[in-house]
Amino acid sequence: MDLSNIVPALPGLVEGMILTLELLFFAVLGGVALGTLLALARMSSNPVLSKLAGFYVNYFRSIPLLLVITWFYFMVPFIIGWITGRPTPIGAFTSCLIAFMMFEAAYYCEIVRAGIQSISKGQANAAYALGMTYSQAMRLIILPQAFRKMMPLLLMQSIILFQDTSLVYAVGLMDFLNTARSKGDIVGQPHEFLLLAGAVYFLISFSASMIVKRLQKKLAV
Amino acid sequence: MISIQNINKWYGSFQVLTDCSTEVKKGEVIVVCGPSGSGKSTLIKCVNGLEPFQSGKILIGDTSVGDPKTDLPKLRSKVGMVFQNFELFPHLSITDNLCLAQQRVLGRSMDEAMEKGLKLLDRVGLKAQANKYPGQLSGGQQQRVAIARALAMDPIAMLFDEPTSALDPEMVNEVLDVMVELAQEGMTMMCVTHEMGFARKVATRVIFMDQGHIVEDASKDEFFNQTRSERAQLFLSKILQH
Repeated sequence: MDLSNIVPALPGLVEGMILTLELLFFAVLGGVALGTLLALARMSSNPVLSKLAGFYVNYFRSIPLLLVITWFYFMVPFIIGWITGRPTPIGAFTSCLIAFMMFEAAYYCEIVRAGIQSISKGQANAAYALGMTYSQAMRLIILPQAFRKMMPLLLMQSIILFQDTSLVYAVGLMDFLNTARSKGDIVGQPHEFLLLAGAVYFLISFSASMIVKRLQKKLAV
Repeated sequence: MISIQNINKWYGSFQVLTDCSTEVKKGEVIVVCGPSGSGKSTLIKCVNGLEPFQSGKILIGDTSVGDPKTDLPKLRSKVGMVFQNFELFPHLSITDNLCLAQQRVLGRSMDEAMEKGLKLLDRVGLKAQANKYPGQLSGGQQQRVAIARALAMDPIAMLFDEPTSALDPEMVNEVLDVMVELAQEGMTMMCVTHEMGFARKVATRVIFMDQGHIVEDASKDEFFNQTRSERAQLFLSKILQH
């Protein structure tokens, strides 16, 4: 076990982690936003909207993330080029980000939907009785309460996403795991670097889960 | 002021309201009573459009509740409603509960809303609780705040859906006192309740419902002393024993 090559590799590893965290940050933001819209669409009284949203969610929850990442890597530049009429190269980072957002949105949608449905109908009635519109009732009364309730689950899903970001190796993006693996291969010490990567992922995921547990206790009624 | 005309409502194939008609004039206090499942809560929720109905007409002033062209939020802002489970917004402070709708629906400024809200809070005897959260108040206190919240919108009428049914017996009176005061000040009120003492005190008319029908609709004195229908007599005999 020779750990001497890890220190000089640290700057590269940090860069990889930064990429991982960037992907995570924007994917969570975009995913939750899109997921919330999907949840509202799925619960809407408009049959077209609710069926479309349902189809989207069921579809993305039935296929592997790796598949989505690989598809989007080829499809996104192609579709954008087709729309704008000229070939537009999109970096792997952007196509992966879009893939993550669209994939996770399906999972976030179900969490948000459960959250909204767990808020008693009386709250919505009270809001409407005061003269609020659907949009006001959602924004001011229902969604704030739903998010508070669903925060632990949303965070758990994000921790899973954090680990899933490692799948971008498939399209050559140098995230943390991919960087660790390649650094290890270069110096001929794959085991040490993978062990390090495993330890780092474990530390981050585990600490995050502990925070989520504390949050759950704090928010419990 | 409120005109309910031949309302019929179905949940799927089950008819919950059959040909319900009644009028509530300005300043009247109408008490709606009846056994569980009689449709009284459903009827009152139809008045402000929280529940849709398939046939019939409900007019508040000149506005038809069931008309798809009606601006329902605007109409609802003029009719206050108090719920059995209080339904205060738990993530907001008492002050915010009172001011939110005033600002967002009526467009009042923060100062105006606060002034009105605190005045009403004082009126229901809870000024000291202004900065607390609903979870820190007792049921009776929450319901009084809920009444203040509805009154803050300066409604033309108030609807009460079993306002004291979820309260401990000790707290029922503090809420009823507020309602009695409101009635004596001339507010047009429609209350679904089992509190016959309240009805005897301030009701103009009492409506008795059973299985989706309005079985009796009489002035207070007639209802209590010269009850016409057998079903209403049976109901009264059972509940007035307490």
